[in-house]
Amino acid sequence: MKKSYKIDVDCANCAAKMEEAAKKTAGVKDATVNFMTLKMKVEFEEGVDPMDVMPVVRENCKKVEDDCEIFYKK
Amino acid sequence: MNKKQKKNLIRIIVSAMLMIFLGFFTGKDKQIQGVIRFVLYLVPYIIIGYDIIIKALKGIKNRQPFDESLLMAIATVGAMALAVYKDGDYTEAIAVMLFYQIGEWFQSYAVGKSRKNITELMDICPDYANIEGEDGQLEQVDPDEVEIGSIIVVQPGEKIPIDGIVEEGETTLDTAALTGESLPRTAKKGDEVISGCINMTGLLHIRTTKEFEDSTVSKVLELIEDASSKKSKSENFITKFARVYTPAVVYSALALAILPPIIRMVIGMDANFGTFIYRALTFLVISCPCALVVSIPLSFFAGIGGASHSGVLVKGSNYLETLSKAKTVVFDKTGTLTKGVFQVTAIHPSKLSEEELLHMAAHVERYSNHPIAISLRDAYKKEADGCQVSDVEEIAGHGVKAVVNGKIVYVGNSKMMDAIGAKWHNCSTHIGTIIHVAIGNEYQGHIVISDVVKPHSAQTIKSLKSAGINQTVMLTGDIKKVADTVAEELKIDKVYSELLPQDKVSMIEKILDNKKSENDVVVFVGDGINDAPVLSRADIGIAMGAMGADAAIEAADIVLMDDDPIKISTAIKISRKCLRIVNENIWFAIGIKLACLVLGALGFANMWLAVFADVGVMILAVLNAIRCLFVKEIDCR
Repeated sequence: MKKSYKIDVDCANCAAKMEEAAKKTAGVKDATVNFMTLKMKVEFEEGVDPMDVMPVVRENCKKVEDDCEIFYKK
Repeated sequence: MNKKQKKNLIRIIVSAMLMIFLGFFTGKDKQIQGVIRFVLYLVPYIIIGYDIIIKALKGIKNRQPFDESLLMAIATVGAMALAVYKDGDYTEAIAVMLFYQIGEWFQSYAVGKSRKNITELMDICPDYANIEGEDGQLEQVDPDEVEIGSIIVVQPGEKIPIDGIVEEGETTLDTAALTGESLPRTAKKGDEVISGCINMTGLLHIRTTKEFEDSTVSKVLELIEDASSKKSKSENFITKFARVYTPAVVYSALALAILPPIIRMVIGMDANFGTFIYRALTFLVISCPCALVVSIPLSFFAGIGGASHSGVLVKGSNYLETLSKAKTVVFDKTGTLTKGVFQVTAIHPSKLSEEELLHMAAHVERYSNHPIAISLRDAYKKEADGCQVSDVEEIAGHGVKAVVNGKIVYVGNSKMMDAIGAKWHNCSTHIGTIIHVAIGNEYQGHIVISDVVKPHSAQTIKSLKSAGINQTVMLTGDIKKVADTVAEELKIDKVYSELLPQDKVSMIEKILDNKKSENDVVVFVGDGINDAPVLSRADIGIAMGAMGADAAIEAADIVLMDDDPIKISTAIKISRKCLRIVNENIWFAIGIKLACLVLGALGFANMWLAVFADVGVMILAVLNAIRCLFVKEIDCR
């Protein structure tokens, strides 16, 4: 399952770091961050609930780049 | 400007004023010394740098040491510390932080601005759909909620939100945002219209044929947004480079701070720690790879944005990169270089009347969507009479056979006639596609159909040649005589005719095998009708006029929104320009940084130059990247 989330981040290098961090999160199969459109596309592994995974993704991204935000709540 | 940018601008101004003010009162005669001086200067430093220091500390806590905040924090705290020991000149530390923040601010502003520019270019997404309520009043609803088959109302000046068929009304449509074509198109009852067009004159009632998320406009937007996730080699290079580069610079800085003084001590000279620590700090300021990391993806993004504005959809940065190396362009003939609208130009029966021959042929082709079938049906207006047509069978590369009024009728090319053993003969008077007709296996005569070359085809070939394309090739299922005439008219280098769909794939494979080097890219351009396998086999597949043809959009790497072949040349020019800018930025940014690193190590560069090497280069690179957005249209007159 693929989902797209709006993000907020200031620099391109930070966006690249967020991408790395999101990819390494458990339950995430693949992730890409588009700095220009400020969007994060996350492909989840099968059978996981995105709402369980996304808080962890956010936490991991916060670790590498404190000044970022992922808007995954409706 | 957003909130954060405003806040940072105020911080920059306040701290700059404070610094100048302090310099005025404390600078010349140094009346205020020691701790008070330090504390006074600490105020502007904290104002401008507090977030950087906090971020740096958090970075250490999260074990992410090599981030630019930390570099800036070390460099400026180091400069402050040196100032305490040496001359009490704190301005440099504050100025470096100040310049860094100005640069960051400018970068954030420039990126925000270009982001807005690009999204404005792609502003084709409709916000609402009008549905007529029971009382005749229009009601605005979310396009997502409109079901297939609903009637939506589009007023003049509004965008068509969902693909559909016009039920009522007549209008002219502005398709420029979608196709880059400035000529308006007319639409009347029964016409299919695509979302994203702007209704210019009349009121339209449209019955939707798709859901919003499957409509053209949603597909196009999704395609563009996904495009930058397929990264080009240049982008991957930069990511890898940045990963190695930053730690390398940090360790070199460490070495620069420690090794020379130690060596100097060993050989009995003055260690001069201060100088070398200063040089090391300069190193750190230069080290951020941001100019590269921001400008390369931005160039591609702007290039893709500019291209989509002129009706060329590129599905990924990698394709833009590959396209720029195009050396051979292979065209499909029908629908690409020629209009693909066939017209019956001659009917030569052997026994039947002209009318009767056309009658039979039109019936056999009753269910086919092939352009030839359409033109046959167009020529015989009374096709929908009561005649019985059954057992229709399409034989790829040959033609169609069907049972009409109890007799087996074959309609196809000479290969089909050979296969059934009918004694066919060629047309002696007309050039074109010859459609032979046989009933049972008795030859009944032929119908000549010819196709017209598109107005910009010759210009396209000329423009491609002048853009450095070595070889142009045309593939077609059409007969040799027709193919050769077209090729000669358009000055195409090589022609391969009478090919079956599968032959086209093996032909492309042959061309791919004959490449002189890996870097010679072979581009295939087709109209997306039954050449999907060829599109995906070529290095770059370009589908044209593919609005609504999902299979072609799927298989192609680049999609031309309308069917004007000149866009092929536009696309190649865009890709070349974009790649040129990308290379300029790579060499410019790396070059300046390395030069400044060397100067810094030797002691010729101070912090100011270092700050320029960091943010100045980045700003210049971003401005350069924005140039990708502007596309020069090719003049066809």
